[in-house]
Amino acid sequence: MENKNFEDIFESKLAKNEMIEPKDWMPDNYRKHLLRQISQHAHSEIIGMLPEGNWISRAPSLRAKLVLLAKVQDEGGHGLYLYTAAESLGTSRDEMLNALHTSKAKYSSIFNYPTLSWADIGAVGWLVDGAAIMNQVMLQRTSYGPYARAMVRICKEESFHQRQGYEIMTHMAFGTPEQKEMAQDALNRWWFPTLMMFGPPDIESPNSENAMKWRIKRETNDQLRQRFVNQTVEQVEYLGLTVPDKNLKWNEAKKGYDFSEPDWAEFKNVIKGNGPCNKERLEARNKAHNDGEWVREAATVYGKKQMEEYAAA
Amino acid sequence: MSDSQGPLWEVFVQKKAGQPFVHCGNLHAYDKEMALQNARDLYTRRGEGMSLWVVPTSAIVASSPEDQGSFFEPSNDKVFRHPTFYPMPDVIKHM
Repeated sequence: MENKNFEDIFESKLAKNEMIEPKDWMPDNYRKHLLRQISQHAHSEIIGMLPEGNWISRAPSLRAKLVLLAKVQDEGGHGLYLYTAAESLGTSRDEMLNALHTSKAKYSSIFNYPTLSWADIGAVGWLVDGAAIMNQVMLQRTSYGPYARAMVRICKEESFHQRQGYEIMTHMAFGTPEQKEMAQDALNRWWFPTLMMFGPPDIESPNSENAMKWRIKRETNDQLRQRFVNQTVEQVEYLGLTVPDKNLKWNEAKKGYDFSEPDWAEFKNVIKGNGPCNKERLEARNKAHNDGEWVREAATVYGKKQMEEYAAA
Repeated sequence: MSDSQGPLWEVFVQKKAGQPFVHCGNLHAYDKEMALQNARDLYTRRGEGMSLWVVPTSAIVASSPEDQGSFFEPSNDKVFRHPTFYPMPDVIKHM
């Protein structure tokens, strides 16, 4: 009886577009769904630092290096915002990190692709961050308060990420023929993996129904994917590059582009751990974590001492 | 699982002198100084503020939204606290 009452309050909050806060009653499955989604989102920010970090030491100018450093630093910050949002649901940072390091938790499959040339850094900022922004703009109005507030902060900071990527693409596309070719090659390799970022098609998306019902998501995977393609084609044309999809065609009736679906078998395979860089990413993350063990150890002892002194004073 | 992250702190940012400190998020740190430095690095990378507060989360005492009704009830029946409670003659324009 009691529980029913709590559920009514929860449902009526959702119906009124009110946010759910950490101490509010919520159904177990809502909590579980959020924990999975927010921790995956946090892991993606952290793992996402790796393909770009790969190019910091090889950025072609000091300006490019400063910009890339600032962007990668932002991604680390975004991971931290999201971890604390997830912690408010009753898990610990150590538990989440452990799940990441032992492959129990997932992160966005996009980061399992390699960044082979400097043009890839342009394509990642432009396309990958562009797709992430599209998703995150929607999540600013997600039903869980701490997640929504983290998204507002992230979106504000993220807008420079996409622009710096597109700037790199313009330099390459309007540069020498070799540079333009690198830009086209990067676009060819990142286009379909980027479309996969929105998740499987609606009819096959196992988590979508609940996510929509609970207002965690407000638009479906296919809706977001369609909007991304509609917006991006014009940006490709400006660069004088070609979308690597023969089926891409404006459809006047739906006021949007028709386009090929990404290879969903590849998507599943990469998520399973068989992408080009899954192993490398996980090893790099584990190494960074293990190499930092002495810092955590020293800080824990130091922190305990500080607290004791504080209590004694 | 052991906790290697240190206690949680709430972060408040003041945008300009004289303005209120606004809650912006939280973080882990092992002591006050580290909490303040981490707050600077995490929440003010773009000149969001000129002053920061960090407060141990455990030190915050909060009212519960469920009790909102009864908790704030004492003010509900005191409509006379609002200026609109007092009818004004039409000829009085600026009061």
